[in-house]
Amino acid sequence: MSAPSESVAALSGARLWAILRQRKAVLLGLAILAAIVLLAVFAPYVTPYEPNRMRISQRMRPPSAQNWFGTDEFGRDIFTRVIYGGRISLLAGALTVLVACVSGTVLGVLAGFFKRIDGVISRIIDAMMAFPDILLAIALVAVLRPSLANVVIALGIVYTPRVARVVRAATLVIRELPFVEAARALGVPTWRIILRHVLRNLASPIIVQGTFVFAYAILAEAGLSFLGTGVSPETPTWGTIIAAGQQYARQADWIMIFPGLAIVLSVLSLQLVGDTLRDILDPKLRKDL
Amino acid sequence: MSAAAASDALVAVDRLSKHFPVGRGWGRGGRVVRAVDDVSFTIGRRRIVGLVGESGSGKTTVGRTLLRLVEPTSGRVTFDGGDLLALDAARLRAVRRQMQIIFQDPYSSFDPKLTVEAIIAEALTAHAPMPRDERRTRIAALLRRVGLQPEHMARYPYEFSGGQRQRIGIARALAVEPKFIVADECVSALDVSVQAQVLNLLLDLQEELGLTILFIAHDLAVVDYLCDDIVVMYLGKIMEIGPAEQVCGDPKHPYSEALLSAVPVPEPGAARRRIMLSGDLPSPIDVPSGCVFRTRCPYAGDACASDVPPLREVAPGRFSACIKDR
Repeated sequence: MSAPSESVAALSGARLWAILRQRKAVLLGLAILAAIVLLAVFAPYVTPYEPNRMRISQRMRPPSAQNWFGTDEFGRDIFTRVIYGGRISLLAGALTVLVACVSGTVLGVLAGFFKRIDGVISRIIDAMMAFPDILLAIALVAVLRPSLANVVIALGIVYTPRVARVVRAATLVIRELPFVEAARALGVPTWRIILRHVLRNLASPIIVQGTFVFAYAILAEAGLSFLGTGVSPETPTWGTIIAAGQQYARQADWIMIFPGLAIVLSVLSLQLVGDTLRDILDPKLRKDL
Repeated sequence: MSAAAASDALVAVDRLSKHFPVGRGWGRGGRVVRAVDDVSFTIGRRRIVGLVGESGSGKTTVGRTLLRLVEPTSGRVTFDGGDLLALDAARLRAVRRQMQIIFQDPYSSFDPKLTVEAIIAEALTAHAPMPRDERRTRIAALLRRVGLQPEHMARYPYEFSGGQRQRIGIARALAVEPKFIVADECVSALDVSVQAQVLNLLLDLQEELGLTILFIAHDLAVVDYLCDDIVVMYLGKIMEIGPAEQVCGDPKHPYSEALLSAVPVPEPGAARRRIMLSGDLPSPIDVPSGCVFRTRCPYAGDACASDVPPLREVAPGRFSACIKDR
């Protein structure tokens, strides 16, 4: 067999493990990500306090054995609040990925497959990408009123063009491939060609892009919350904790540092995983298709 | 060809042209690539017609246009008595059951994410649903027919060699029980020994199923072996048409002659006149005036530049687009 082409199906466990071993950083990224997700999911069992329990006597205590990350201006435990905040931040990120990937894929496939509407869709995408992400998100949330659902909708819209562009480019490649032509020659209806052949082969670029959008969305959600245009300020998210701690930055910098670290760690590990996924999945798109 | 031959033809191509616009946007002056320019020929029922020419001669575009995978700029294609180009999308899908294509590249012509079973099942169910058991029986039979094992069903295309993949491609094409198959350079990517196996398989199937085949190739030796008739193309135009053994034994057009002289002879020391064509294929955007081949033709004269030479009958059943009688 000449030039064994690799596809996802061909990627054996052993080969995957070899790739992962070469890049130890990605293992660290995966471990951090897993830890953050597990902590968020099992928050009630792993946190020592209630996230909103105020103890004025214990206010603004630096990190200690009782309060690992210290306490805030109401004596609430920062460790507990960061873990609970992760729930909202990760949820917002994941839902944003879902919204952006679904709408981006629909738009990208339509633009890539049907030349007639490509011009219109591509120009709209370009126009949206000309806006700075966070500015567009603020404007959208301001119009929709701040709430978790609206933050997700706004960020989903903001990151749709990113996904749509990549999907469009990949669709343009896939639609010209002989196996798509073969399906046309067989008389397979267009909608079935799109569902069966195009979408299936788009999985890799979408997964890769989704990972990056996840990272951007966590960052953007924190930014929105920090600016007061995100979820309501009393809900703990990484962004709202930082926003609240900002005015005490001089006296109690730990209020901002720990949620900030949570953001940095999760975004960094997502980017690491995304980069590796791209290296594993994307050469196949070029070579195999 | 002759009127009698035309009435018996499965496929008749009449003055077919396909021009691709070059560049996009305004102000580019509407330049076009004449990939196929005023091409007419017919394919008789149960015949194997070879379409030869070098890269860029437009032979692949002709093949795709016959299946309406590419829409022609002008001209007519008649398939089994009906006007192929007049069909709407629904009717076209129905007609596509009767015509299939086998691709050149045995690697990219299969969806890498599908098993062999899914690939062939798609062909079987493209027009009507079929119960799973029946489908599997049919797929197993098809695989056996092309020299593969039914067990190969569960595998992915990348697990096969080039020759085996081409057999899968043939099985997929046969699944819809077509009358007419376009084999687009279907052995060019294979080793010579494997080429022969696949060619013999095609020949067997043609005889057994009464297929009509348009065999697109650049290798005259392969075409000579396989085909009844030959159509020689150069730069989007037909240079010569005739029965295979006659064209290969006694080419009438200087271009066919040059193509033939490039075929290696399996006889050491055989004396042969090699015609080396100088230069490259001219750009299909700026085609030479008159005869498109004159810039590389060893016999070209002044007269060749003035008019486009028509395809004329130079001997019974032989057509050549050269103004010189040779």
